[in-house]
Amino acid sequence: MADEALNLSEKKAEFREKIKELLPEGNLNLCFTCGTCAAGCPATGLENMDPRKFVRMIALGLDEEVLTTPWIWMCSLCMRCIYACPMKVDIPNMVGLARRTWPREKRPKGIIDSCDMALRNDTCSAMGANEEDFQFVVEDVAEEVREEQKGWEDLQAPVNKKGAEFFLNQNSREPVTEPDEMIPLWKILHLAGADWTYGTKGWAAENYCLFAQDLENWEKIVRVKAKAVDDLGCKVWLNTE
Amino acid sequence: MQDPCQLVRKSFGDPVAEDMRFVVKSVVGEENFIDMTPNMSNNYCCGGGGGYLQSGYTEARHQYGKMKFDQIKNTGATYCIAPCHNCHSQIHDLNDHFDGGYHTVHLWTLICLSLGCLGENERAYLGPDLAEVGL
Repeated sequence: MADEALNLSEKKAEFREKIKELLPEGNLNLCFTCGTCAAGCPATGLENMDPRKFVRMIALGLDEEVLTTPWIWMCSLCMRCIYACPMKVDIPNMVGLARRTWPREKRPKGIIDSCDMALRNDTCSAMGANEEDFQFVVEDVAEEVREEQKGWEDLQAPVNKKGAEFFLNQNSREPVTEPDEMIPLWKILHLAGADWTYGTKGWAAENYCLFAQDLENWEKIVRVKAKAVDDLGCKVWLNTE
Repeated sequence: MQDPCQLVRKSFGDPVAEDMRFVVKSVVGEENFIDMTPNMSNNYCCGGGGGYLQSGYTEARHQYGKMKFDQIKNTGATYCIAPCHNCHSQIHDLNDHFDGGYHTVHLWTLICLSLGCLGENERAYLGPDLAEVGL
């Protein structure tokens, strides 16, 4: 922290003005500075920052500090701060706006790479699994259960079943690295008598473009997935994330 | 049991947290369920969401997750149920990092175990005490 008094008249406070414009419902000026947000935030203390400090620094116009701290990537956007806040100051969206001010190439590489990978085909898989691979794994694993597990000769894991009630998303990690973990879920759906399906398009549950705050591609991925659900005529889109 | 932020606080709130508890108690037996504190909509994030697992800030993610780790350890429970993919990855990793001595399981694993239909290859996350049950 600074040892000398801050001269606020020298601050441009461009980020504060941007928040007022883009997030008028963000209640920036309603903060009591009570600290309820910081008390319940697991990111408090990381990078010498916490949610209350973050809001005060925005309000004081300390743009340089606010827009360069990596703390905004150490926030998980869990929304506990706004949930607990008596004035509903929208800190998570302020963190999101701060993420957007970082040049794309400066944002965490792992998140950007996962976002880019998901854009490579219509599965939206951040691990790059394509339509054929996904369908093969699902059908192969289901066939093995039918053959080897007594009482499960009728187990189905439908892919592209038109008109099913539920369109089920799946995190890429299961089909790619631990496919047997999908089986218990299929069994539960079977026992519940659910009419469900996967889709070769849009099956991947994750969307790293949201975390990257790449708005255009975040929307693009949501639209690809929503179209896949609509194209199969499913009523409910189930995301297990 | 972890309350996934995405499911509870950010989507369906306390009613779905109550539903999950109904399912978990039915599955493991009410006397075997120990809630962490705070819980439901007030529960803390595990630190696996928001892109954290892919962000490269691993040390910060572990520091963040210490709060969750301590919550879990304070229950004294030997299993933590994580009904969300990111939560499962993070809570499992926290156990490895801080040497917690607890097991991290998906809810689907315990549902099928209690129904007597959990296959041999579907038990990667069960501890030795449950690994052979119902086979």
